[in-house]
Amino acid sequence: MSDQPAQQKLPLAFLHGEAVLEKPEDLYIPPDALEVILETFEGPLDLLLYLIKRHKLDILELPILSITQQYVQYVEMMQDMQLELAGEYLVMAALLAQIKSRLLLPVHEELEDEEDPRAELVRRLQEYEQFKKAAENLDQLPRVDREIFVARALMEDSEEPQMRLPDIEMAELLLALSDVMARAKTFEHHQISAEVLSTRERMAAILQFLSEQSEPVEFTRLFTLSEGRSGVVVTFIAMLELLKEQLINCLQVAPAVTPASAIYLSLKLQE
Amino acid sequence: MKRRISDEQLVELVEAAIFVADKPLSRKQLKETVLLDINVSDKRLRDALDTLSEHYQTRGVKLVEVGTGYRFQACASLSPWLSNLWQEKAPKYSRATLETLALIAYRQPITRGEIEQVRGVTVSSNIIKSLLERQWIKVVGYKEVPGKPALYATTRQFLDYFSLNGLDMLPELPPQQGEKLDQMLDDPSVREPSE
Repeated sequence: MSDQPAQQKLPLAFLHGEAVLEKPEDLYIPPDALEVILETFEGPLDLLLYLIKRHKLDILELPILSITQQYVQYVEMMQDMQLELAGEYLVMAALLAQIKSRLLLPVHEELEDEEDPRAELVRRLQEYEQFKKAAENLDQLPRVDREIFVARALMEDSEEPQMRLPDIEMAELLLALSDVMARAKTFEHHQISAEVLSTRERMAAILQFLSEQSEPVEFTRLFTLSEGRSGVVVTFIAMLELLKEQLINCLQVAPAVTPASAIYLSLKLQE
Repeated sequence: MKRRISDEQLVELVEAAIFVADKPLSRKQLKETVLLDINVSDKRLRDALDTLSEHYQTRGVKLVEVGTGYRFQACASLSPWLSNLWQEKAPKYSRATLETLALIAYRQPITRGEIEQVRGVTVSSNIIKSLLERQWIKVVGYKEVPGKPALYATTRQFLDYFSLNGLDMLPELPPQQGEKLDQMLDDPSVREPSE
């Protein structure tokens, strides 16, 4: 064994002032390797993020040329394999090419205010990365039936009275049947008459009524019970229409107090 | 005429009700069901729940307040052993589902288009459908833009599932490196050299 000091390896290159001793193994991804991970991407942004991380680069340094080359290679390979290529991937390829071409243009003095063409893409990548991480965090949260087990107790059922169903006589069964038949008869003939109550008309009536009031009106006051079921339904539909068209407000005062706290309607003030 | 019960009886009743109910029980639900004909002030009910919570501090189950109310659940530290009780493991969710859910949770109310904008891909109808079916999300309105797209938000059941008391208990959104972006744009040397 010699005791001569180990020779210092010569750095291959300097990157950001740091010596690079080993050839980075992940500098380039052969297309056939991409084949394996084809399915694992959630879209073009995800693929771009992956390529950037493989380069051990910051999103902010978005190296358009090399990233575009790899990206296009990936897309071409997908086409060669005749895989159904999501349109979004092609849109991104076009965007990358566009950014690249804009970067090649000389910068005009008078256009200095112009944004770096990469800025928008960088922003989207950052935002996507943010939510990609948020999704991972969400996945880590304890969940019911995975980390959280809900405790439950059963009611003792011996206390419950056992129901014994009585035997039924044939006569009673027939009696019940005749009841049903009698009721069915009433449905035999229908008389169809023209709609007496128009929803539009009712909407106008409600608006008219509300505009005459200085304060919100209690929901039930808008119904005229003597009109029967169909009248109530038409009024209600008219209310829904007005709410949908944002012509009236519907509010409930302190719904926490009683289960059926009063509902109030008022006109929506026009600006 | 409402009945009166002792504090001890109240604690027992509340404990039993939360245990036998199929779903978490809120204070309001307790008052409207098991305590319907019993004279209990809000403060007494809260005190009873506090007493219960304290009582279970040293036990294998705990009283917790989640999105829709109170429930008992096993201590999280016991989960690795408890999970052996079931042969089927809890389902795993795809990244697409989780990313969609994360966007709805942090950006609600949000439209499908806005989700797609961030993710850069179409959100499949199945994902939205299954999230709706699980009642983790719901439609809370329609955006006043052409097409009136539905606005989605998370539900209280979503909070229940992740044992959260409110949305503010979600892990903080990872920070963006916004300042550095501005720096890059100001620094002409960062521009890619043209060949």
